[in-house]
Amino acid sequence: MLGTQTSDDFSRSFAFTTKLDAIVAWGRKNALWPLPYGTACCGIELMSVMGPKYDLARFGAEVVRFSPRQADLLVVAGTITEKMAPILVRIYEQMLEPKYVLSMGACASSGGFYRAYHVLQGCDKVIPVDVYVPGCPPTPEAVLDGVMLLQKMIATQQPRPWKDNWKNPHDQA
Amino acid sequence: MTKLEELKTALGQQMDVSKMKFTHAVGDDVIELEKNQLIPALRFLRNHSFDFLMDVCGADYPARAKRFDVVYHLFSSKEGQRLRIKVALAEGESVPSALQVWRGADWFEREAFDMFGIIFEGHPNLKKLLTHHQFVGHPLRKDYEADHQQHCDSVQPIHFLNDENSRGDVLNENLVPLNIGPSHPAMHGTLRVMVELDGETIVRVNNEIGYLHRCFEKMAETHPYNQVIPYTDRLNYCSAPSNNVGYCKTVEKLLGVEIPARAQAMRVILMELSRVIDHIVAVGTGGVDLGALTSFFHLFTYREKVYTLFEKLCGARLTVSMTRVGGMAQDAPDGWFDDVLAFCKDMRGGVDEITKLMLDNKIFIKRTQGVCPVKSNEAIEWGYTGPMLRASGVNLDLRKLTPYYGYDGLNFDVPVGSNGDIYDRYLVRIEEMKQSLRIIEQVCKNMPGGDYTIRDKGIVLPEKKDVYGNIEGLMNHFMLVIKGLRPPVGETYDATEAPNGELGFYLVSDGSANPYRLKVRPPCFAIYQSFPHVVRGSMLADAIATVASMNVIAGELDR
Repeated sequence: MLGTQTSDDFSRSFAFTTKLDAIVAWGRKNALWPLPYGTACCGIELMSVMGPKYDLARFGAEVVRFSPRQADLLVVAGTITEKMAPILVRIYEQMLEPKYVLSMGACASSGGFYRAYHVLQGCDKVIPVDVYVPGCPPTPEAVLDGVMLLQKMIATQQPRPWKDNWKNPHDQA
Repeated sequence: MTKLEELKTALGQQMDVSKMKFTHAVGDDVIELEKNQLIPALRFLRNHSFDFLMDVCGADYPARAKRFDVVYHLFSSKEGQRLRIKVALAEGESVPSALQVWRGADWFEREAFDMFGIIFEGHPNLKKLLTHHQFVGHPLRKDYEADHQQHCDSVQPIHFLNDENSRGDVLNENLVPLNIGPSHPAMHGTLRVMVELDGETIVRVNNEIGYLHRCFEKMAETHPYNQVIPYTDRLNYCSAPSNNVGYCKTVEKLLGVEIPARAQAMRVILMELSRVIDHIVAVGTGGVDLGALTSFFHLFTYREKVYTLFEKLCGARLTVSMTRVGGMAQDAPDGWFDDVLAFCKDMRGGVDEITKLMLDNKIFIKRTQGVCPVKSNEAIEWGYTGPMLRASGVNLDLRKLTPYYGYDGLNFDVPVGSNGDIYDRYLVRIEEMKQSLRIIEQVCKNMPGGDYTIRDKGIVLPEKKDVYGNIEGLMNHFMLVIKGLRPPVGETYDATEAPNGELGFYLVSDGSANPYRLKVRPPCFAIYQSFPHVVRGSMLADAIATVASMNVIAGELDR
């Protein structure tokens, strides 16, 4: 049988054509390695997201890495205080490209109901955020929704000016 | 003769009591004294019967000539008696450090220094504790604006404290300095530990906290009483309902109201359910820190079941805010207590499984038995409470010693360890889960009827159907919202047995709609301050196991 087919027909049976960018994006969106930056209550809910019932692994994001060098999705889960802000910036800088940030919960997104002297009013004051998930803490479903939104952003290669224009706020130069 | 009069007589034989003021305020005995009498008085009281120093805190009254109060809360574990000592100080005045009497005063005094600028003479490390190193001023003073933020742009390098014969911040070039955290999986998000190592042996340690200082106490001063409840959820977020109960119980004590039997029973169920899920996190993450992931994932299945119960009760999973001052926010839905009973049955199997998975596991035993033990007298001196104290062999449980909400009528045991090592801490926690299930089952089976809240129109909002249905309900609702819940002028301290130990609230009211001062006495704060002393001389890996076994929850640690 093989002998009668042209080589073009043969390749069509197990290969497909695509753009390089698209297939790279497809790979990226389905292999996010999250760094759980859990500081407070949202960190506990993030455990549920990773846990048996909600299971983030279904979205290809089960490889939790605590080293920023090995992660590409920073999940800021919990209140970021003024004292914590420089550390968060350093962690973000240590991550390799391409990198994404998901801000989980009201505190990480805006300071939440802590309009207080020692609380950073949103982690986007110091690092660029791609997806904000509202809630105090958000339900695991909301976090999964946020991850899916991020996957859509990656797949469509949406421009991210907030990230491209980001400068380290603590750099003296 | 009251206890206070007895104390006055006994104290009078030792020192001049003519300048002291002995009062009895809202269920608590109070002694006001001058600062030069403080240390002798504390020494005497410690030997007399008050073995615990539960809390030291400041309070600011700018209108007074001596604007600060330093408040000491003593506790006698033999009699279940509490005593409050107050010393008034003017701006810039100092008070002798209670560190020479109780080692556990260490961090409490540092916190009061950080928050109010009160100087404790003789404290070897009077440095900032909660705010960052670039922070200027003392935020809990009344003249500091609650939302005045100060930015921090750097991290302090590795630093150590002045201990006996120590070199302070100077590092020894023959030893390896190592920084762990705050972003480190074993540091639970927000703790920072700095060590100097000789090989793998820890020579000295310092632990820095404050990375989750969310200004709870300042927020409480700027919000009405009932709006503080959601903030209390986020203290110990692993067991949010028990904080709600502790806070509301304190406000109710100041108001002098007794909540109905049904509300009490519901609170007991909530507290015991939260004890179970708190211990689930403590045991589960403790296993993770030792390399055992299975127990964590397995136990989280049960935690999810409790979340489902909470969702059914009020709609929220983690931060439930189910209590109100005066009772509960609403009654339980039909069949909820049956669901709770079904969960208890289920959970019993889970506890048995976890016992086999962890406590009988050879690796787990080798990593935990005999590691970093704390003796009972040391534990008392540091102010340990809860499972940590009981693991050291001290049988102290507020549910037994000073029962509330009908705990005296319930049948349960208090597990007590013998060695105070890490293994015993988990042993106690796992046994406590079983006992909590026993309590829940008893309460669910004998659920009292009646109302779920008191109906005092100055304290509790009317039901929605009355607000929309009749003019009186509407007026009462309007008045309470506009005027606010206003407890009488006064102050009180109340404590409950939270999953981690004694959760105390010191509440001062000036008769307005917001608390004037609300100090939380978090159980893990007293425990975690002992960490450098507990792990010194042991292996680095044992220090990680110790942090996990202390179950430090940053929300209540840093507040």
